[in-house]
Amino acid sequence: MNSYLKDKAVNFSFIFPALLLFSIFYIYPFIYTFILSFQRGDGIYTSQFVGLANFKEVLLYDKDWWPSMFYGGFITLFALTFQNVIALFLALAVDKAIKTGKFYRVIFFVLCVLSEIIVGLLTRQILISNPGIFNQWLSKFGLGFFIHNWLDAKQILFQIGNVKITHALITTALVHSWKGFGWAFVILLAGLQAIPEQLYESARIDGARSHQSFLRITLPLLTPVIVLVCILTILGTMQAFAMILALTRGAGGLTEVPVMRIYNHLRGSQIGLACAEGIVLGVVLITLSFTMLRISKWVRSRWGVLPS
Amino acid sequence: MYYQVKKIVVLILLHTFLLSVALSCITPLFWMLNASFKTDTEFRNDLGLKLATNPTLENYKTALTEGKLGFYFINSVFYTFITVLLIVVISSLAAYGFSRLQFPGKNIIFFMFLAAMMIPLPAGFVPVYILLNKLHLVNKTGYVLAMTNIGLSFSIYLLKTFFDQLPRDLEDAARIDGCNKLRIWWSVGLPLVSPALAVVIIFNSLNVWNEFVLASLMFTEDSLMPLQVGLMEFYNRNIIQHTLLMASLTIAAVPIILLYLVMQRQIIKGITAGAMVG
Repeated sequence: MNSYLKDKAVNFSFIFPALLLFSIFYIYPFIYTFILSFQRGDGIYTSQFVGLANFKEVLLYDKDWWPSMFYGGFITLFALTFQNVIALFLALAVDKAIKTGKFYRVIFFVLCVLSEIIVGLLTRQILISNPGIFNQWLSKFGLGFFIHNWLDAKQILFQIGNVKITHALITTALVHSWKGFGWAFVILLAGLQAIPEQLYESARIDGARSHQSFLRITLPLLTPVIVLVCILTILGTMQAFAMILALTRGAGGLTEVPVMRIYNHLRGSQIGLACAEGIVLGVVLITLSFTMLRISKWVRSRWGVLPS
Repeated sequence: MYYQVKKIVVLILLHTFLLSVALSCITPLFWMLNASFKTDTEFRNDLGLKLATNPTLENYKTALTEGKLGFYFINSVFYTFITVLLIVVISSLAAYGFSRLQFPGKNIIFFMFLAAMMIPLPAGFVPVYILLNKLHLVNKTGYVLAMTNIGLSFSIYLLKTFFDQLPRDLEDAARIDGCNKLRIWWSVGLPLVSPALAVVIIFNSLNVWNEFVLASLMFTEDSLMPLQVGLMEFYNRNIIQHTLLMASLTIAAVPIILLYLVMQRQIIKGITAGAMVG
């Protein structure tokens, strides 16, 4: 019996370091977020219990929280459509031109390995209007009609309530998609290459045209991967912020995405508010990805595609 | 004949599309590299569009010394190295335990690690920062430990699936020869999972090297900052001189790009594996 216990203890000791770190830096902070969200103060020296005041502040009174969610949502929507559609086209193209596929894959992914700060500062340097390197290139290549102040946050293009859409926001969305498409491309390509070649062959023998086999084979079998990419795009983009900080520094609040707000509140010692915002954002994200999973399941059962 | 022409046209269109996207990725990076070798006056004349005919290393010198990029670089190397070393040891031990050994609560604990990968914690850095403050760990140690934890879940998952696929014969043989469990992990387990270890090492190195949020909260002293924070600091401190900034961005980017070019197979594997978990 004693040796049995000792054996189990030895076995447990293999995972003990991991479990210890995980408890201190994941489980405890996870619970701590909720505790802090009911408090006000800097969380280190002073803190007092305020009940649900922080959540009320975030959900009802804070004029800037929902706009910031909208800015994050705008960039996410851009990434979901523009970035992922281009990535899908690229993946389909590379899947066809497979001989040079590896070369393209290496190039497309390079922006994803660079840090958000590097890409943000580099594009800021190119796009910022003074002296306006990108604009001067455009005029050199005869594309002068494109010239504008890319990171401008003064001129408001549209306004809905508190939400102001500026050039800075659109540029941010563009740069974000540009940095992120390689990632979506790699996953979609892996999904495409996992589709067995025999399916296409038998379809060809049965006389299917290429658009038919795309609609009947590629698309249904790729749906789970597309859904996965969409969910991860939402999660990633709504939580992105370092690149945006480097690119626009928030553009006076007009590209202030949710996590940037949380970060600023932490810096401003408004810990309770930061945690409450984090919880709200987390709940929104979990709900969104859960809904998308359900929808994709429903679509697949409707189309009669085997679950994978 | 008609089909051949059609096929060639389609191929040309495909490659034009692919090449133009590829160019959009490469051009800014090449421009950055090129501009970093120019003097300021040269740059103002041609905006970095012409090749640097007489390249100067002056920008790199200034960036490394006055810009303190050298310090930041060494810090980044240090944090990355220690963190990845810790991740490799801790996660491979745990993965071996989860895959091969029996103990109570095994499945629940493994499930917790899995769940941690799937639940988004957008404000996760807030309580971690407060906690480190309370533990008086707002320093190198605290940063390395917190970063180690971030890499653990994924690494354990990847290594465990790899261990699960391996036959147990070698380990049985080692046990009969009188190896204890730790020895089996070290001399049999680790060599067998070395392909997965490579993925873990590369993937986590990129993550730690590129991490910004926690580092920017924790390090306010120049001498402790890693590159990403240092770059922001450097940018804020200087009235912008393009060529100098491009040199410092190049210093931060080149090691990563080289590592990527050499190890791109492992990186892509890590990315796809990471996505498939979700």
